[in-house]
Amino acid sequence: MKREAALPALSARGLRKRYDGTEVVCGVDLEVAPGECFGLLGPNGAGKTTTLKLLLGLSDPDAGEIRLLGEEVPRHAREVRARVGVVPQFDNLDPDFSVRENLLVYARYFGLRSREIAPRLPRLLEFAGLAGRAESKIQTLSGGMKRRLTLARALVNDPQLLFMDEPTTGLDPQARHLIWERLRRLTLEGRTLLLTTHFMEEAERLCQRVAIMDRGRLIAQGSPRALIAEHIEPQVVEVHGPGLEAWTERAGALALRTERAGETVFCYAADAERVLASLRAHEELAYLHRPANLEDVFLKLTGRDLRD
Amino acid sequence: MNASRLYAPPALSLRAVAVWRRHFLVWRKLAVPSILGNLADPLIMLFGLGYGLGAVLGGIDGTSYFAFLAAGFLASTTMYAATFEALFSAFSRMHVQKTWEAIVNAPMTLEDVLAGEWSWAASKALAAGLCMLAVVSAVGYASWPIAAAVVPVVVLLGLAFGALGLAVNALASGYDFFSYYLTLVLTPMMMLSGVFFPVERLPGLVRAVAEVLPLYHGVALARPLLAGELPPAMLAHVAVLAAYAAGGFYLATVLTRRRLLT
Repeated sequence: MKREAALPALSARGLRKRYDGTEVVCGVDLEVAPGECFGLLGPNGAGKTTTLKLLLGLSDPDAGEIRLLGEEVPRHAREVRARVGVVPQFDNLDPDFSVRENLLVYARYFGLRSREIAPRLPRLLEFAGLAGRAESKIQTLSGGMKRRLTLARALVNDPQLLFMDEPTTGLDPQARHLIWERLRRLTLEGRTLLLTTHFMEEAERLCQRVAIMDRGRLIAQGSPRALIAEHIEPQVVEVHGPGLEAWTERAGALALRTERAGETVFCYAADAERVLASLRAHEELAYLHRPANLEDVFLKLTGRDLRD
Repeated sequence: MNASRLYAPPALSLRAVAVWRRHFLVWRKLAVPSILGNLADPLIMLFGLGYGLGAVLGGIDGTSYFAFLAAGFLASTTMYAATFEALFSAFSRMHVQKTWEAIVNAPMTLEDVLAGEWSWAASKALAAGLCMLAVVSAVGYASWPIAAAVVPVVVLLGLAFGALGLAVNALASGYDFFSYYLTLVLTPMMMLSGVFFPVERLPGLVRAVAEVLPLYHGVALARPLLAGELPPAMLAHVAVLAAYAAGGFYLATVLTRRRLLT
């Protein structure tokens, strides 16, 4: 048992996948420890969803090895998926069913009988914040409720590991915070979480470790704090307003590094006091002073160009 | 996915039952309108043409035109019931609602999903076929007990057209795509398969085409069975339908793998 606990919950080596002549996953190596919350970050089209599909054995890699909960994937994908939960990027709840029926029918795909799953329904509904809504139609649920139901549905088989593809995309702040709360609960229960996101704040709050993916490659890996320390100066001042150009020319040297993005200048510094002092003398300029975050790392590594 | 996995025969498992039960649970909520919708059209046609045209034509091949047409419509209604399920309903679950995607995230394979769709399409066909049989029997054109042998014919037709429909589904870009199959394949097939008139009167070349069509073999089985007679060359007809069912499902499996797994 002890030896098994030391094995990674998930490992991938040299993963490659090509679609129509374009390589979308180009040699991905990653390892997730049991009980860890791991974030896979990347702009749209970076290859995150494809990577998840490969890890779940839903698509065959062109090259590479995958071990999921000790089993070889895709060879034993079906067996291992019995111990895994998946929250897909887009809701695919059954619109013809009630909340309860959605959970019952999904449990059947795991070979669970109704009488095995029925006693666990109240807990799953409570987890989804849908206690008392068991008979509600899916169309009557809000976006946040649907997302939580999808999360509860991924738990019908009491999985050891959960894959979540952008679990909070499209949710309002209240709904998002509730999901985060639930994900923390799952980590406390000892489950391993792998989530993809492009909300850096989400990754910083939830994940012990993150990997940044761009154009099919992992370009950085580590704890959010370590990545920030490694790539970005601790303080950031965002400046915009009339006279920005002239100010930057004179005051730019006060920061360790400046970056211009459209009408905004980002000043990175170990101590921002000299930048701020200069800004106080320029009332026409608006500014925001904040600690460096994962988004700065992300933008530095993946660039500011739009990815559509 | 390499070629050997792409072209491997489908691995069938009992897990597919969970998919069938999902479809059944949805259908149960809409059963009455669904059955009425399936049957209204063929019944109106049957009674309209059967009595109306029957009065002009008199008998055909030694039976009333109504009895002749009843056997043909029983087979074609079965064909359409399986087809519509495997085209429009399966496409909506595969592409629009992403139900398939949700299912394969569980320990289910694409083959389980397809086998569930296939058996479900055949079940819908069976339900439609049984309703037609009940109506035909109620107006006195089913000769029991031999007419009961129409039931397995209906199942075979459902499996054959369910499989072919799933193969077409795997190629579809949208719902509009299905009108090609319906108007260019099924409508001519209905004309050539002896539903409305005996195939024997057609020119030799057209008859040769008709004899490779699955519906032709379904009609060739259903018509004598309803009349209480054992069909000539019964096993050959059964074998053709079984081949369409098995071959069609293999084709559907390969095409769907190509669409979703590569």
